Formats: sequence, structure tokens, C-alpha cells
Amino acid sequence: MASIKEEEVKLIGNLPSMASRKVEIALQLKGIKYEFLEEHDLKHNKSPELLKYNPVHKKVPVLIHSGRPIAESLVILEYIDETWTQEPALLPSDPYERASARFWSKFIDDKCYPAVRKYLTLGSETEVESARAEAQEGLQFLENELKGKKYFGGETIGMVDVVAVGVAFWQQTLEEIMQMEPANSCQDFPLLCAWADELLGCSVISDNLPSKDKFSSLIQSRLQFAAAASAASK
Amino acid sequence: MVKTEVKLIGAWTSPYVMRARIALNLKELDYEFHEEKVGAKSELLLKSNPVHKKIPVLIHHEKPISESLVIVQYIDEVWTQGPGILPSDAYDRAIERFWAAYVDEKWFPAWRGIGLAKGEIAEQKINGAKEGLALLEEAFGKISKRKPFFGGDNIGFLDIAIGCFLGWVKVGELVHNVGLIDETDTPLLAGWAKRFVAHPAVKEVMPEAEDLLEFLRVNFMKPAPK
Repeated sequence: MASIKEEEVKLIGNLPSMASRKVEIALQLKGIKYEFLEEHDLKHNKSPELLKYNPVHKKVPVLIHSGRPIAESLVILEYIDETWTQEPALLPSDPYERASARFWSKFIDDKCYPAVRKYLTLGSETEVESARAEAQEGLQFLENELKGKKYFGGETIGMVDVVAVGVAFWQQTLEEIMQMEPANSCQDFPLLCAWADELLGCSVISDNLPSKDKFSSLIQSRLQFAAAASAASK
Repeated sequence: MVKTEVKLIGAWTSPYVMRARIALNLKELDYEFHEEKVGAKSELLLKSNPVHKKIPVLIHHEKPISESLVIVQYIDEVWTQGPGILPSDAYDRAIERFWAAYVDEKWFPAWRGIGLAKGEIAEQKINGAKEGLALLEEAFGKISKRKPFFGGDNIGFLDIAIGCFLGWVKVGELVHNVGLIDETDTPLLAGWAKRFVAHPAVKEVMPEAEDLLEFLRVNFMKPAPK
């Protein structure tokens, strides 16, 4: 890797990683120029740069600004917002609204994503049912939070919207790809549906998400893996 | 003391609640404390934190805020008198937030329940605690820049995020007769821990390890068969 100049912004990331996508979206929303350093094989061959800049977790994404690394997507998002103060503000200025945004961002990352991931990797029918119920409980909280708002950030996209981008993406693609009842149907979650349409209508957002074909093949390979694993364990 | 419209729902045993209390003490704020009873969650808690139903919850002007680190940052942003709890530089803030997330997602879960653990599980938890502490020792060296605390001259966000667990670390040490933070393996943290628990904002809210042990005995340990 070339030596890093002052003020230079680099992002070590990985295309399938939703966490990497969130950081790229934030950088692009703010119009920040950066170099994307792709990790091609996180399972078997992590780059020396990744191991050097994130020795604790060895995970993507890692933002490197003026040679200094920052890891953990929520930490990176706040750093971006505090360092580059041009619009859009990812966090609002009111302390209570900021606390609320931090709370929901953490909730989406800690509870919603794992619940939907569990639901996607499948197992026995009872496991699917309980994963679906857990995912829906989380989505109901988000649905309530959207009342009277276009985005979680209000009139403009904010940190929570960026963090929840995967939820919007799954909302639109799951039904079609999975050909099964999604965790979040528009009947049950009309506000989330409308929000997903708005969010994915923004080119900065949709440009950074995988195509439906790519996503579909990723899901298919996960399903095959899960089926093979479950057959092997019988 | 500054009079406030602040209520805090918590429990004396909870390290997460302690974070909020230390932050309130640093800002010299008066507040009403609602102690939750073991085993039964109050109506106020369930109403104020319907998503997680967990303590701590800070209620300010009737508006609830949950998640301990979110609460500490809220306190720092609303009451701006005195030294800031978070550092002023954005990169330093990112580093402290990174390590606070590490503590909550990796370190504490690796040894939580150490007081009641036995045998192989106890061994795993002891190792989990020690591995994390080795990383935190190194982090202290880099972040403190030879000052007494992670936050420099004063205790700050990361001091609070880690220090709140010191009572339970001591419980692990007492129950298993092992040093987790000690002069040999973690000399920097050993010095820091002494300074942290002696700090005026911490002293009155840090429970004694013996009291925590008694709490475990009374509430979670099965009595000996007759």
C-alpha cells in the first residue's frame, strides 16, 4: 500500500458487508473523496493492512483518515459526522434527538440485523417461526418510530436511516427472492414500506447496494450451505 | 449541586447504572434515584424502556433515555459546565467509543457471571477477563499519554465505561482466589483502578466486592441441603 498522505481518506471494506455499505453511503452523502480498499477474502486471507489497522477485531469496515484508523461502523459514522460538518448532518443538534438516534442505531445493529440474519439462514420450521417473530417485534418498534416522519432523521436522511439501510433493502428484495412470506410485509408495516421506497429512491443509497441478482445468488448459496449443514448433522 | 428534573431508574449492583451515576456526579447534578427490586420490574421501568426493559433509564423533563453509554453522552451534551466527559478531539472520541464498544460487546460478556461460575466455565471466564485486560492495559498506555486516567487528568468516558466493572472484577478475584488486575500482569491498570475507585464522583456509587458477594449469596446461590 502506498504511503498515506495528510488528509487522505481510505476505507478498508468488503462488498457483501452491510457495515461497509453504511460507511460508504455516509462518505458519499457528505461528498467526501475516499479510496476504497477491498478485502477479497475475509474468511481465509485477510490483508496485512486490515490486520495492522484493526488488530483487535480484524473486521471491516476500517476508516483511515490522515493515517489514523477507526473501526466499528457506528463509531466511524459519528467520526465522519463530527469531522466533516457539511450537510447532511447525520446526527441532529438537539441532545435528546441525538440520544434517540444513538439508541435506535444500536438497536438496529444489535437486535434487528441479527434477527433477520437468523431468519435468513433458516433451520427447522420452529426456528424460522421464532426468528420471524423476533424480527417482526423489532420491526414494529421501528414502524412506531417512523410515525409522522419521512425518514428516521426527520425530513432528511440521518444516521439511523443509514444504519437501517439493510432493513430497507431486505424489505424490497426478500419477498421476491425468497418467495416466501417476508418478515416485513407492507400490510403489517406500511410506514417502513414507504420509508424503504423513499430511501432506496435516493441514488446514493441504491448505488451502494448489491443488485437483486447478486443478492439473490448470495442468499441461494447461504440456503444451500444451511441445508447441507443441517443434513450433515442428522 | 445543580437541581435538575432528572430521575434515574437503576440498581446498586449494576455497573451500567453506575456509569450514569458517575456522569451525574461529575457534573454535580441532583437527581432522584429509583432503586429497582430484584426479580420484579417496576411499572415505571417498563413504561420508560419498553424496547429493552432494562436499567439504567434516565428520565429528564419526563423524557426517557436508555442505554448507559447513550445516557453518559446525553449528560455530557446537556450539562456543559466543568470538564467534558468525552474528549474534545474527534479522533480521541472515536478511540474511546471504540474501546467502550469493545468492553460491552467482547470483554464483559467473556467473564460475566464469574462470581457464580465453577470448574471449566470458571476457567474460561477467568481467561476471558484476563485476555481483555491485557488489551485494555495496552490501550491505557496509548490513550492516557502518561496521565492518571484514560481521559487524561480527569476521569472521562472510557474510564467510566471500564471502571464501573471494578466491583465485579474484585468479586471474580475473591471467589476464585486469582488476580485479574494486578501489579504483575497489568501494572498500569492496577494503578488506574486504585485512582478510579478513590475518585469523589465514583467512591459513593462503587459497591464493595463483599456486598456484591453477599448479594449473590442471598439471591442466586442455592442453600446447602439439610
